[in-house]
Amino acid sequence: MPSKPAISYRNVSKSFGALRAVDDVSLDIAEGELLAVVGRSGSGKTTLLRLVNRLIEPDGGTITVEGRNVQDIDPVALRRRIGYVFQSGGLFPHLSVADNIGITPKLLGAPAAEIVARVDELIELMQLDRASHRDRLPEALSGGERQRVGVARALAAKPRIMLMDEPFGALAPLTRDALGEDFRELHRKLGLTTVMITHDMTEAILLADRIAVMRGGRLLAQGTPAELSASSDAYVLELLRTPRRQVERLNALLRQGGAA
Amino acid sequence: MSLFNDPRWGEALSHLPDYLGNHVRVSLAALALGLVVSLPLAILTRNRPAPRAILLALASIVQTVPGLALLALFYPLLLLAASLALKWFGVSFSAFGFLPAMLALALYSMLPVLRNGITGLNGIDPALIEAAKGVGMTPRQSLVMVELPLALPVMMAGIRTASVWVIGTATLSTPIGQTSLGNYIFAGLQTQNWVFVLFGCVASALLALAVDQLLGLIEGGLRQRGRLRTALGAAGIAALVAATLVPTMGRSSSGYVVGAKTFAEQYVLSALLRDRLQAAGLSATARSGLGSSVVFGALKAGDIDLYVDYSGTLWANQLHRTDIKPRAELVAELKTALAKDNITLLGELGFENAYALVMPKKRADALGVHTIADLAAHTSTMSIAGDYEFFSRPEWAALQKAYGLQFGAQRQMQPDFMYAAVASGEVDVIAGYTSDGLIAKYDLVALDDPKQAIPPYDAILLLAPKRAGDERLKAALSPLLGKIDISTMREANLRASGNDANSSPDAVAKWLWEKIGRP
Repeated sequence: MPSKPAISYRNVSKSFGALRAVDDVSLDIAEGELLAVVGRSGSGKTTLLRLVNRLIEPDGGTITVEGRNVQDIDPVALRRRIGYVFQSGGLFPHLSVADNIGITPKLLGAPAAEIVARVDELIELMQLDRASHRDRLPEALSGGERQRVGVARALAAKPRIMLMDEPFGALAPLTRDALGEDFRELHRKLGLTTVMITHDMTEAILLADRIAVMRGGRLLAQGTPAELSASSDAYVLELLRTPRRQVERLNALLRQGGAA
Repeated sequence: MSLFNDPRWGEALSHLPDYLGNHVRVSLAALALGLVVSLPLAILTRNRPAPRAILLALASIVQTVPGLALLALFYPLLLLAASLALKWFGVSFSAFGFLPAMLALALYSMLPVLRNGITGLNGIDPALIEAAKGVGMTPRQSLVMVELPLALPVMMAGIRTASVWVIGTATLSTPIGQTSLGNYIFAGLQTQNWVFVLFGCVASALLALAVDQLLGLIEGGLRQRGRLRTALGAAGIAALVAATLVPTMGRSSSGYVVGAKTFAEQYVLSALLRDRLQAAGLSATARSGLGSSVVFGALKAGDIDLYVDYSGTLWANQLHRTDIKPRAELVAELKTALAKDNITLLGELGFENAYALVMPKKRADALGVHTIADLAAHTSTMSIAGDYEFFSRPEWAALQKAYGLQFGAQRQMQPDFMYAAVASGEVDVIAGYTSDGLIAKYDLVALDDPKQAIPPYDAILLLAPKRAGDERLKAALSPLLGKIDISTMREANLRASGNDANSSPDAVAKWLWEKIGRP
C-alpha cells in the first residue's frame, strides 16, 4: 500500500445547528486508493465528502489534500482540480452533453480545440456513442447514460482525486453493476484516488480497497472488507449481514440451478 | 354614410406612423429602463428575504396607483427636478412629454419583471447551484452560466406581462405631452369622434397583442430550448421595432408647436392656429390633448410655443386670485403679471368660455327662473353636475356663497355628456360652458349671474417666453384677435360635437377661418 496520504482528515468536526454531522473524524486516504464510505442517510457521509473540496467548511480540525491544508487553497481552484460526481448526476439541463463534460476545462481557460478533443476522448472512455450523444440535452438520456456523463464531466480536467456522492445509487441493478465495474477499471487505469459514498455494503465490498463506516457523524470503523468482517462492532456486523445473506442465497440458488 | 367608407378612417390612418412610432419609442425606452433597473435588483435580492420583501411591496404599491395619476405625478416632479438642475448645475432638460412618460411607465413595468425575476432565480433546483459550485464556478460564473439561463423562461414571462402593461398604459401619456396612440382616444372622446376612439383602441390592442405573441414565441423557445422559435420571435420584435421607428426617425420636430387642452374647442382652436401659421409660411404642428395643469407649464418651459387659455383660469390657478374684476381689467392685469414670466398675452380672441349654470329652457320658464338668484330657492331639491374640476374651483365656492346655493346632490361628469344629461332630466342643472354649442342644440339656457360671482373667461392667446420677440409669429396670428364672437364659437363647437366627417377639428377649423377670415 502507498505510504503518502492523498487526503487526510485530522479531528474534523462540523455541526449544523444542534446536529453534529461530522464528529471528530480522523481518516487517511492513500494515493491510488478507492475508499468507500458507508452508513445510513444522515450519518454524515456527504458532509465528510464535501469538506474535501470546501463545499462545506469545517468547524474544527484540519483537512489536507496532497499534503496541503485546504484552508490555504483557493476553494474555486481546489474544486477545479478535484473531480466531483453528484448523486443524481447534477448535469446542467440547458447544456448539451459535450458542454456539460467540457465545463471545467472551459472554466480553466483551455483552448476550444483542446476541449473538443478531451470531450470526445471522455465520451469514448465512458463508452457513450459520440454521434448520438454528443449534442443531446441531458433530459434525452437514460439514467445510466446521465451518470456516465456525470463521471466524464468530473474527469474532464484530469483530476488526480475523485469525490463521488452515491454515483450509482439511483440506477437499475444491471446498469449499476456495469458502471461500477467500469469505474473500478478507470480508477486503476488513470491512477486516481477516489472517495465514493454508498449506502450499499455489497457495492462497497465489490468496488473498494477499503471501507469507512460512518454512524451519527462518527467514524465507527475502517479497513479492508476482510478487516471489517473481523470487527466485533455490532453495527458493522449488522451492515455485513446483508451481503453475507445475499451470497448464501445466491450460492444456494445457483447450486440448485446447476443441479437441475 | 356607412362606417367603412367614412373618410375619418383615412385621416386616422394618416396619423398612424407618427402616433405608433412615438408609442413604440416611449414603450420600448420605458421597458428597457425598467429591465435595466429591475433585473439587477432581482439578482441582488434573490437570496436576501428582507430587502426582497420591501422591494416587492414597493413595486406593488406603484402598481396600485392608477396609470393616469402616476403619469400626471411625474410631470410636476420632473418640472421641479428640471428647475433644480438648472439652478444647481446649469443643465436644462424638458420635463414635458417623453421623459415623464418614460419614467412613469418604467416604474409601472417593474413589478412583473421583479417578481418573475426573483421567482425564476429562486425556483432553480439547489442541487444544480451546488453542482455549479462543485465543477469550479465562481458565484458570478454560476449566475451567468447556470442560474440566469435556467431562470430565463420565467423571467421572460414577466417581461412579457410588463410589455403588455406598458403598451396599454402608454396610451395615457397623451395628457403629459407624449404623443402616443392615446392621441386618437383622447381626441376622439373629446370631439365625439368614435372612429378615432375605435382606431386608437384597436391599434394599441393589436400592438400589445403582436408584442405579446412574439415575446411568447421567444419564451416558448427558451422553455423548450428551441433555438428556431427564439430566433423567430426575436426577429419579429426587431422587425416590428424597425417598421414603427424608421418612418418617424428622420423627421425633425422643429417649427412651432401649438398646444391644446383636452376638449373640443381647444382641438379646433389649435388646428386653426396651426393652419394660420402654415399659411404664413411657418412650419407648425399641433400638440393636442394636454392636461390643463400641464399645458401652462409646458408653455413656460418652451415645450410648446403658443396656445389658447382663458383669463379666469389663469387668474385663479396661476395668480391664485379669488377677487373678481371686469373682463377688460382682468385681462390687463393678467397681461402684466404674465409678462413677469416673459409670457406674452397677445390678445383676446373675442369670445368668452365661462362657466355658467345651465338648465332646460322649458323647465326654467316653468319655474320662472332667469338668473342664478331665482334658482337659489329651488336648489335643495335639485341635483347639479359639473366637470371634474368645477366643484373644487374657487368660483364654485364664490357662487354658493353669493347666492346661498345648497344643491341636494352633486355629480362629476365627462363634459360632453353633461348636456345630454341635463336635457334628459338625469340632473337638474349643470355647470356648463358659455361657448358650448350644445346649449342651443338641446334648447338649454345659461342663467344670468347678476352678482358677477363667476369671473370672466376670455379666450386669450399666449406665447412662450422664447417667442416674445417673434414678429412673424405675431403678424400671422393678429388676424384672429377679436374676430371670434361667442355665437361663431358656439356654432363651431356644435359642428365639432357632431359625429361625422365634417366634425373633425381640422374641418371645423377650416370652416371657422372661412367664416371669420372674410370681412
